[in-house]
Amino acid sequence: MKIGTPKEVRAGEARVALTPDSARHLQKLGYTCLIETGAGVLAGIPDSAYERAGVEVVDSATLVWESADVLVKVRPPTEVEAEKLKANQTLISFFDPSENEHGLELARQKSANVIAMEMVPRISRAQKMDALSSMANVAGYRAVMEAGNNFGRFFTGQITAAGKVPPAKVLVIGAGVAGLAAIGAATALGAVTQAFDVRPEVAEQVESMGAEFVYLDFEEEQEDGSATGGYASVSSPEFREAQLAKFRELAPEVDIVITTALIPGRDAPKLWLTDMIEVMKPGSVIVDLAAERGGNVEGTVKDKRVVTDNDVVIIGYTDFPSRMANQSSNLYATNIRHMIADLTPDKDGQIVHNMDDDVIRGATVTYNGEITYPPPPPKVQAIATQKKAVVKEPSEDEKRAAEAARFRSETRRQIMLLSAGGISILLAGLYAPASFMQHFIVFVLAVFVGFQVIWGVAHSLHTPLMAVTNAISSIIILGALMQVGSGSSLVIILAGASIFMAGVNIFGGFLVTRRMLAMFQRS
Amino acid sequence: MDLGFVIAAYAVAATFFILSLGGLSNQESAKRAVWYGIAGMALAIVATLIGPGNGLWVLSLVLISAGGLVGVYVARRVMMTEMPQLVAAMHSLVGLAAVFVGLNAHLEIVRVAEAFATAGVAFPQPNYGVLAGPAAVVAENFRGFAAIAAAKTAVELNILRIELYLGILIGAVTFTGSVVAYGKLAGKISSRAEKLPGGHALNAGAALISAICLVWYLNTGELLSLVIMIIAALFVGYHLIMGIGGADMPVVVSMLNSYSGWAAAAIGFSLGNDLLIVVGALVGSSGAILSYIMCKAMNRSFISVILGGFGGSMSEQMAVEGEQVAIDADGVSAALEEADSIIIVPGYGMAVAQAQNAVSELTRELREKGKNVRFAIHPVAGRLPGHMNVLLAEAKVPYDIVLEMDEINEDFQDTDLVIVIGSNDIVNPAAQEDPGSPIAGMPVLEVWKAKQVIVSKRGQGTGYSGIENSLFYRENTRMFYGDAKASIGALLH
Repeated sequence: MKIGTPKEVRAGEARVALTPDSARHLQKLGYTCLIETGAGVLAGIPDSAYERAGVEVVDSATLVWESADVLVKVRPPTEVEAEKLKANQTLISFFDPSENEHGLELARQKSANVIAMEMVPRISRAQKMDALSSMANVAGYRAVMEAGNNFGRFFTGQITAAGKVPPAKVLVIGAGVAGLAAIGAATALGAVTQAFDVRPEVAEQVESMGAEFVYLDFEEEQEDGSATGGYASVSSPEFREAQLAKFRELAPEVDIVITTALIPGRDAPKLWLTDMIEVMKPGSVIVDLAAERGGNVEGTVKDKRVVTDNDVVIIGYTDFPSRMANQSSNLYATNIRHMIADLTPDKDGQIVHNMDDDVIRGATVTYNGEITYPPPPPKVQAIATQKKAVVKEPSEDEKRAAEAARFRSETRRQIMLLSAGGISILLAGLYAPASFMQHFIVFVLAVFVGFQVIWGVAHSLHTPLMAVTNAISSIIILGALMQVGSGSSLVIILAGASIFMAGVNIFGGFLVTRRMLAMFQRS
Repeated sequence: MDLGFVIAAYAVAATFFILSLGGLSNQESAKRAVWYGIAGMALAIVATLIGPGNGLWVLSLVLISAGGLVGVYVARRVMMTEMPQLVAAMHSLVGLAAVFVGLNAHLEIVRVAEAFATAGVAFPQPNYGVLAGPAAVVAENFRGFAAIAAAKTAVELNILRIELYLGILIGAVTFTGSVVAYGKLAGKISSRAEKLPGGHALNAGAALISAICLVWYLNTGELLSLVIMIIAALFVGYHLIMGIGGADMPVVVSMLNSYSGWAAAAIGFSLGNDLLIVVGALVGSSGAILSYIMCKAMNRSFISVILGGFGGSMSEQMAVEGEQVAIDADGVSAALEEADSIIIVPGYGMAVAQAQNAVSELTRELREKGKNVRFAIHPVAGRLPGHMNVLLAEAKVPYDIVLEMDEINEDFQDTDLVIVIGSNDIVNPAAQEDPGSPIAGMPVLEVWKAKQVIVSKRGQGTGYSGIENSLFYRENTRMFYGDAKASIGALLH
């Protein structure tokens, strides 16, 4: 089968979907490749390079469209291009199926099979064909380059003989692939980088790239990223307010802001508002990577570089990957090549469009004269669902009810204990003589005091406590002292022995306790 | 001095003792608390010596000083790791003293009764607290306790006998119990739970004999009944503590502590001495609460600890699979180098090996490198409550990095490295994972949740409870065999 690549027709698009390198790999899979003349020139790849790689260079786009069985492109086909599709032809390119109903309908009518590169599911197996990620990577890097180009200072801080240079402060909003790439590039250049994302689980990734994650002082549980295939979802108004407040706080300090916040299938959220731009230092640069979808920044003009009244540059280009056409063409062509390899299980140059394959099914938007968009959810979850601790926070009422119940049961227990104790004491009082009861009251009170006092003793002091109570328990010496003088020799001997033993205990016990306590020290 | 002054002194002393115990609620006030205790004790002794009814106070002072010298010598000489056995040994002294004082009380009663009999005057007295006519003449010769006993009525005398009987009983149990506990803690007796054939039936038999002796004693007042009871009680103390394994010793020590207090209180009743009652009750209740706190920490009922429930497991334990992977000192050093947050879990093994100074030194080195080093202390680590805290404090580990189980258990999952030094049961995952395990349900330190665990241990044997520990077989666990002191010492630079 033949794989053909026409020249991109969209103005300013410099990328190309086939490189000599990818062509060599495709030929190994049994395909022959052809390309329209001049298709790679803007990406720095002359026709001669293709010819050396065994690619047939043809003169016109029409020839490519007519003779190729598989068409590989970068940008979605224009209407003119779509009209050229034939039955059973396979088109692999970005297609923007959610916004491109007309294109879908045309492809259906032509009975062409279209694989949309942005629809490749985000599962591990499909990463090698994830063109969105590879392009976002380029865009993030390029965004830092564009910022540096418009920024009048060093990124890195330096102390030189000619004076001290502070490091540039970079804030990256949205830590997706583009954001992370931007963080990597900015920190590599020596900037002090901070990053924010609504998904707190990416904090670790941000920190691993060398940036500081900006935490919000906000309690709301963000929706788990795994539910949306790793993309951000819409946040609540309260969360948004907290987020904006944080940005307002950061705005006067940062030199460069790179916004990459996109929510799939929606307009870009406005996150960097006019008042924040107004407090930024003159000469600061904002790069809005979301300009394609309206931009994250108020005042972004799509595809334009704008300078505000207070000398802040806002860059709204949408063609960052195209601005690094050679790099992005190589990456994109590799993504395409992997996709074709998956479509050619027998390596015999024949496309087998297996609609049972999760990746192929997910990316296919029209097949055999039918629109197959949107695809069913993939069988394999993109990201393992994060285990959430199921701790049900009891409501105020429940708390109060539980407290009341606890109070009641405690009261009941205390009353029962007290009445049982009281009755037994009263019974004892009925029979025991008054002389006994006089001592008994002292005993009861002392037990009570003991209980009350000991509950408060610190755990780490339990050993000293035991040593002290041991020393104190030698109070038994009082009994021996009272008996020692009272007469018979046997009594004197026994009492004397008791006094001696208690003496050992008093001195030994207190001394040991003191030794122990003397060691406790605060750092 | 008259009795009023002595009682006033007692009131002050009692206050001091209460303050002394209450002051132990934190480290700083604890230092003051000891002095309160000393002051209370000094006041009580001086007041008793100069009070009415005392004789031979020169002899008393000599004996106290002699005992004091021995006590000071022992306390100075003893090492911090030997603290548990020292406390146990001292309890035995208090127990024995209680037995002696109780016996004396009996002898005094007999002597008083004989004196009345020779004078031909009725004893006990018909009316409470009234010594009239010839009785008063006879009683004039008595001093101290004998004078109190002489004034008793029949009912009072019986109560007195019950009191001294209880005092002797508890004192005797405390005595042998403490001696056995001392032997187990000092390693002089096997620390395994051992019972004579017959088990609890023997204890029950001994208790029954004691009860019969009480009835016998109340009816006849014969010394023989007391002697038989003492023998039975001594046996109960011995057999009860022999039947409790080494791992439960902390509870046992505090329980014996409690007993010695109750014995003192019982003696206080028989002697009619309020200070003895107050202090005995304070010590008794504090020991009881301490035992309760510790049993709760092990999730076991007090009864099962006392009856030695650790012996046989209820059902089949889970078999432990895998193998123990050893690591050498270089490996541990490398792991320490890489870790940012480190938690050290010390256990009895650290105490045995006297490794606390090496551990402290290691801690200091790691902290100087900016690592977050903390200690996790299980409530029953060691052989005495708070044992580990005392050792670490001795080695000058700052006490604010020494945390309790509840404070630190949540943090293990965010910790790079846990070093377990000579602990076993308190870090055994079986407590949570194996319902058939004898320690099922006991709260444990969840060290296995950390990224890596290094266990410093003498060999491959099981701990005191004899339970296999699956922690040692986990993938993230490395065994660092050898004496803890030598092992930790090898890590120092």
